[in-house]
Amino acid sequence: MVNVLVCVKRVPDSSSQVVLTPDEQAVDGRMAGYTVSPHEECAVELAVQLATATGGAATVLTLGPAESSEQLRNALALGCTAAVHVVADSVTFGPADVAREIAAVAKAHEDDGRGYDLVLLGNDAADTGDFQVGIRLAYALGLPVVNGVSRLEVADGMVSAHVDGPDGAETYSVPVPMVATILEGGVEPRYPSLKGRMAAKKIEIEERAPSGAPVGSSRVQLRLPPPAPSQVEILGQGPEAAGAIVDLFEKLGVR
Amino acid sequence: MILLWLECDAAGVTDISLETIAFARSLSAAGGGIAIRAALVGDVPEAAHDQLAAHGVAEVHHVSGPAYDAYSGAAWASALQDIRARTKCVVVAAAGSPRGMEVMAHLAARLDVPMAANVVAFSGLSPFEVTRQVAGGAALEEMRLGQRPAVFTVAGHSWVAATADAPTSPTWHEESPEVAEADLVARVSARGETKEEGPGALTTARVVVGAGRGAGGPDGFDGVIELAGLLDGALGVSRVVTSLGWRPHNEQVGQTGSRISPELYIPCGISGAIQHWAGCSSSKTILAINTDDEAPMVTKAHYAVIGDMHEVVPAVVEELKRRGR
Ligand SMILES: Cc1cc2nc3c(=O)[nH]c(=O)nc-3n(C[C@H](O)[C@H](O)[C@H](O)COP(=O)(O)OP(=O)(O)OC[C@H]3O[C@@H](n4cnc5c(N)ncnc54)[C@H](O)[C@@H]3O)c2cc1C
Ligand SMILES: Nc1ncnc2c1ncn2[C@@H]1O[C@H](COP(=O)(O)O)[C@@H](O)[C@H]1O
Repeated sequence: MVNVLVCVKRVPDSSSQVVLTPDEQAVDGRMAGYTVSPHEECAVELAVQLATATGGAATVLTLGPAESSEQLRNALALGCTAAVHVVADSVTFGPADVAREIAAVAKAHEDDGRGYDLVLLGNDAADTGDFQVGIRLAYALGLPVVNGVSRLEVADGMVSAHVDGPDGAETYSVPVPMVATILEGGVEPRYPSLKGRMAAKKIEIEERAPSGAPVGSSRVQLRLPPPAPSQVEILGQGPEAAGAIVDLFEKLGVR
Repeated sequence: MILLWLECDAAGVTDISLETIAFARSLSAAGGGIAIRAALVGDVPEAAHDQLAAHGVAEVHHVSGPAYDAYSGAAWASALQDIRARTKCVVVAAAGSPRGMEVMAHLAARLDVPMAANVVAFSGLSPFEVTRQVAGGAALEEMRLGQRPAVFTVAGHSWVAATADAPTSPTWHEESPEVAEADLVARVSARGETKEEGPGALTTARVVVGAGRGAGGPDGFDGVIELAGLLDGALGVSRVVTSLGWRPHNEQVGQTGSRISPELYIPCGISGAIQHWAGCSSSKTILAINTDDEAPMVTKAHYAVIGDMHEVVPAVVEELKRRGR
């Protein structure tokens, strides 16, 4: 039985356009809607697979405003069995604060006899891109951490974590409990079923207050890079442009 | 003093690490000529010696020994922590590569100081203020790194890996700092064969032919694959393509895929969403092929052809063959 805690962050869906909040402290998602990072979608998929295969629990956690329950419901619809919501303004929480809060939940659950074998996070959040909460969490919990994991298996208390390293495939064998940060690409996230959505509605989300006041991030403010004026040269329309394209290849020396 | 953690591959110091040295030299100049120290862990190819001299590094700490034979983020950060404590460096930085991010995050967590990921510039020394990329480069964040040491990574392609005006003859220190058992628990225990295909080929290709939703389905890639082959290039795809299962994820370009910087990128049927742009914006030349003349990829490209990729790409293949390719 493998019990997994998986951490997701509600972030603005920046697929189309990026707009800043009036105070320039965050990306504004009110027009475009909200989502979680593709890395976290894969982390949720791994958590559900591991829990289902071993008869364990997959608990999804987020720290964020009241509306973040949407992201928890989505993860429940995909097969997570429990959800924890640390209700706080995630913009005022820096990476060290978030790590401390996740650690507080993990420790509280352990004291209740519901300790986790694995804590999964995304490699980096889609909005702030700090690349560090998982590692800070590992230090806060005194656990080993493997970064950038695409797939993992658990057998006999040992985790095999597979990483696409700079020189090729790498495997880490680490005893549970441990922390892993997940990269998109190793598993394909499932789509929610209607049955899953119905079941998710019945699960009660555990709401918690933060364990302490945030230290904050070191952010001064955000800004958008100036839009670059278009300098495109249209070589032509349709297949008739093939000659002009190959001329360009020759000019660039790529053929 | 500035301490840099640099990465090597078989050919020498990696390009992105050389870019990081260029950033550090600029910081050093602004601070009145602060010396740059480099730390390298594990195997160091011969070529790295000349490179470090040419790029103006003053001192080199080469860390090796049984504890460092296999990669471990915690162990490698522990070595850096040890060097930084002895040298009293006020800045510790690495390249914004996956390992650079990992080792700096470990170091920052161990020292309980902030870490800034993907820094592109600094705007002031006291207080030390940096600008970094967030949201996949769609926005920039001004960040104040008030604590010492300031720990950060330098975003790839934000600096040019130029050599220094004044080369150095760096002093080498061979070291093997002790590592706690706990820092060796998560270390690489097995490695597959070196990669040939996949992201390696994609990130080093001189030409990348891209394909997005416009490919139309899993069978819509024959033309772009043939074109890539004729140009000795690689295929890159958008996330729509990988999440629909049309092509494998190791071909994905973008914020959550590979970052490419070829001589020529030819995105076909790719709209140019900011997350895709994050992975291809450092291409030298971009030639977009798209039915929509208002697609962001078209307006941001250097060249574009407006048309159906299923007609344009085969015509280009024909033309290449006709001209003797
Ligand atoms: C946190 C996050 C991370 C992301 N990471 C990535 C990433 O790493 N990489 C990535 O690519 N995306 C990423 N995305 C998704 C991204 O926002 C876009 O949804 C995606 O890039 C769009 O793919 P596309 O251009 O293929 O499809 P679309 O946006 O649907 O564009 C299709 C384009 O094809 C053109 N077209 C259609 N038919 C033809 C034809 N026959 N011939 C020529 N042109 C045609 C259309 O005019 C259009 O411009 C991410 C999103 C989020 C939120
Ligand atoms: N507010 C949050 N709530 C839950 N998980 C978070 C939060 N912020 C970050 N994380 C997790 O930490 C990962 C790395 O985030 P970061 O270090 O901020 O780039 C994310 O992919 C999430 O899994």
